[in-house]
Amino acid sequence: MTAPLLEAVGLRKAYGANVAVSDLSFTLEAGGALGLVGESGSGKTTTARMLIGLEQPDRGGILVRGKPLAHASRLERAKAVQIVFQDPYLSLDPRLTIRAALDDVLRLHGHPDRPGRIAELLDQVGLGEREAAARPRGLSGGQRQRAAIARALAVEPGVLVLDEAVSALDVSIQAQVLNLLADVRRETGVGIVFVSHDLAVVRYLCDEALVLHRGVVVERGPVEALLQDPRDPYTRLLISSVPHTGWSPEEISKQRRALIRG
Amino acid sequence: MTGSARAALLAVDGLRVTVPGAGRPILDGVALTVRDGEAVALVGESGSGKSVTARTALGLFPAGADVSGSVVVGGTEVVGAGSGALKRVRTADAAMIFQDPRAGVNPVRRIGDFLTEPLRRIRGESKAAATARALELLGAVGLPDPPRHLRQFPHELSGGMLQRVMIAYALTADPRLLLCDEPTTALDVTTQAEIMAILARLRRERGLGMLLITHDLDLAAAVCDRVYVMYAGRIMEAAPSDVLIAAPRHPYTRGLLGSAPPLTGPLARLTPIPGAPLGLAETVGGCPFAARCPHAVPGLCDTTEPEPEPEVDGDSMVACLRAAELGASLIEETQGESS
Repeated sequence: MTAPLLEAVGLRKAYGANVAVSDLSFTLEAGGALGLVGESGSGKTTTARMLIGLEQPDRGGILVRGKPLAHASRLERAKAVQIVFQDPYLSLDPRLTIRAALDDVLRLHGHPDRPGRIAELLDQVGLGEREAAARPRGLSGGQRQRAAIARALAVEPGVLVLDEAVSALDVSIQAQVLNLLADVRRETGVGIVFVSHDLAVVRYLCDEALVLHRGVVVERGPVEALLQDPRDPYTRLLISSVPHTGWSPEEISKQRRALIRG
Repeated sequence: MTGSARAALLAVDGLRVTVPGAGRPILDGVALTVRDGEAVALVGESGSGKSVTARTALGLFPAGADVSGSVVVGGTEVVGAGSGALKRVRTADAAMIFQDPRAGVNPVRRIGDFLTEPLRRIRGESKAAATARALELLGAVGLPDPPRHLRQFPHELSGGMLQRVMIAYALTADPRLLLCDEPTTALDVTTQAEIMAILARLRRERGLGMLLITHDLDLAAAVCDRVYVMYAGRIMEAAPSDVLIAAPRHPYTRGLLGSAPPLTGPLARLTPIPGAPLGLAETVGGCPFAARCPHAVPGLCDTTEPEPEPEVDGDSMVACLRAAELGASLIEETQGESS
């Protein structure tokens, strides 16, 4: 039996007395897409940071193809898991053109055909020559996020972690990037961990999801089942909080108060 | 619609705002109405001019702007108004709630000082009366322990709680009109519902009119009676919420609806609007949406400016040269997706 692409086992992370993530486990098979859904303070971003080694779990561990991430070298880790953040300004060097940023990553990993791979990446994320020659400041928000995705994909990682990667984009641009991510997933078979507060977006991109509340997984399962027949009151609250025709925020407000008291 | 007979709290007409160095006006021919007790949404992407429009209601115009047209708030013309008239509008007719509540408070002053200051300075209330009123307002926005919150500093409150303080602050002016500029965008979804519930209750209890500025078409349609859709400084379409969602008449509205993944129903590949919203440096020849519009006709849409065509009921309009011929097909596209 082959080991799953990504396995998180009993992850726990606390900052002082504040437990950000408690006993979190999941597996992601190759080509799969898993949503981590939650609000602020749910522990979803802490989890994302642990997955790329920016934070060390207090307990538990992360395995990539059966190997502990903690024992991997920096380059091995970079090839195993890559991340795209909400704000691409955080991950792109403002001084480098997009082409230079991609070239840097490929050189670091000793890629044999850097110009060829750069052309391939630009094509994959839908950026042209003009954008490749620009610095992050010279690009629109959507183009910057495409560049960040290209950079993350450069070394063909096994897992791509997307931390609210489309949340800051205008809705018309968000749709373009969502379609791009769906294509990337299909074409490269990269495993995706999609961290988001937006259930509709998670539904669009993921097969399965975990619902996190205050660092604890309150519900998990196939996305459609989770949306159609939510078992946990918090999952139900999240779903009913999404505005729609006939929406009654006052009803939801009562539901929320009952949950917080309980 | 019976609403047409109600008095207008806010009436914007032919509003044009230009700044030096820009390729196009920030606002161009904007017209909208909010009537007494009505909830109206202004929806658009970044740079569409929705926030600029809302701010004009308080006489806040971009620096160096050239302004023409009319903005009437509670019977007072704001464009070209003197400081006395503006003060009256800002302290009695309309109040604004912003996206980031932390940007609107002084971090080193207590919530109590923040709330009582306008009551004492502008209303001339005594300290005791102002404090009593502040307590009442904090209760009205659903905060659990008003006496304690009066003594707290902003950093001691969560974003959702602080946004409620900002709503209480807006109410110190006893306005007829609330201008809410992305009031829940920085908040969690369940907190968003909470804030929207408070706004709904306040509107009902106090008969307030609301102009909600948002990028979220679903939120706009869920909480407002009518929706205006803005793009590149112009109103593209306006309609009652349910009509706009079920039967959009402008290709841009249709594009926005096709861009948001649905939470229920069949899941098809999204049909995003190609390209990016028009920057302020870019110039417009005809329809500002022409370059991104799948239905644009070269030589027509990119050269001829669409005149807004109002409907007979006065609550709907569309600014598209092809609206009449596209009508049925856009509705079919929309319903094909949601069936």
